[in-house]
Amino acid sequence: MTKAQHFEWLLSLADDALILGQRLSEWCGHAPALEEDIALSNVALDLIGQSRAILTHAGLLEGEGRDEDRLAFFRSDREYRNLLLVELPNGHFGDTIARQFFFDQFAMIRYGHLAQQTFDLEIAAIATKALKEVRYHAAHSADWMIRLGDGTNVSKTRIQESVDRLWPYIGECFEAHPILDAAITSGAMPDCKSIELTWKESVSAVLAEATLILPTDNWKQVGGRNGLHTEHLSYLLAEMQAVPRLHPDAKW
Amino acid sequence: MSSESSKWPLWEVFVRSRQGLSHKHVGSLHASDATMAIANARDVYTRRQEGVSIWVLPAEAISASSPADKDILFDPANDKVYRHPTFYTLPDEVKNM
Repeated sequence: MTKAQHFEWLLSLADDALILGQRLSEWCGHAPALEEDIALSNVALDLIGQSRAILTHAGLLEGEGRDEDRLAFFRSDREYRNLLLVELPNGHFGDTIARQFFFDQFAMIRYGHLAQQTFDLEIAAIATKALKEVRYHAAHSADWMIRLGDGTNVSKTRIQESVDRLWPYIGECFEAHPILDAAITSGAMPDCKSIELTWKESVSAVLAEATLILPTDNWKQVGGRNGLHTEHLSYLLAEMQAVPRLHPDAKW
Repeated sequence: MSSESSKWPLWEVFVRSRQGLSHKHVGSLHASDATMAIANARDVYTRRQEGVSIWVLPAEAISASSPADKDILFDPANDKVYRHPTFYTLPDEVKNM
């Protein structure tokens, strides 16, 4: 893996966490219950914390003086490398939980591998810490999938709709990509197929308990890893980046 | 925030801040069952490293003394100073008593 590929790969890890963290934080003050409001905000803060550590590491690797803030606030949507899944609007609470559940299961497997690999020891250390957080996120979202799926007729119908709606965006998690291939060749990541198999196994187990059906459709929407995003990302970035771009050298 | 949470039962939360100390009441919250109550307690009451263990119990399971009985329950202890262990000096090593 060249330095440029390594940098790009780190961005994809950081951007998944940053964009989902920013999205989730929109729930602050709006969740169905105070307790859930704080739970979602905690998850959002964990994700943003993970992205900060990875962006700082990426900036140092790049060696052009870009710190976490420079990378987070001064890249445009075309320069973001996150999955489309994490930039989608929150929708209703079930939509948010279903997206979180799918992502948490993916992040748990990915951080599990990152914690073990020896290609990038800084990422291994970040992943070890993040894994504890993500395991809690995964328990939280899986618990809600079961409550909503195995709940009332209304909650079951709505959460199944959420699962079906999000499904086309899941394939991107396991999609081959030149940068990812370079990471796989370097031993930094296992191959996509093995991640996908593990993911399907754990997701199926939870969905079975939730009495929900895992879609089998294979069509997938991709583009995020190449900077080709949905229209939703620009609005999210506009809100997130407005203040630092207005006052680029402000300190607070 | 809607009134959804008010349909969930109320739970009292007890957190043990360190090994060796007892669980202390820290507040209450709404949850639909014990599992959710522990998860919520973790998110609401232990965000700043407040604890190493959580207990929750349904608020309705608590029997409380009546405020009207305050006189007969507690006033008689007022003039029994000999019950207080204030005549001993505690060794420095004893931190929690």
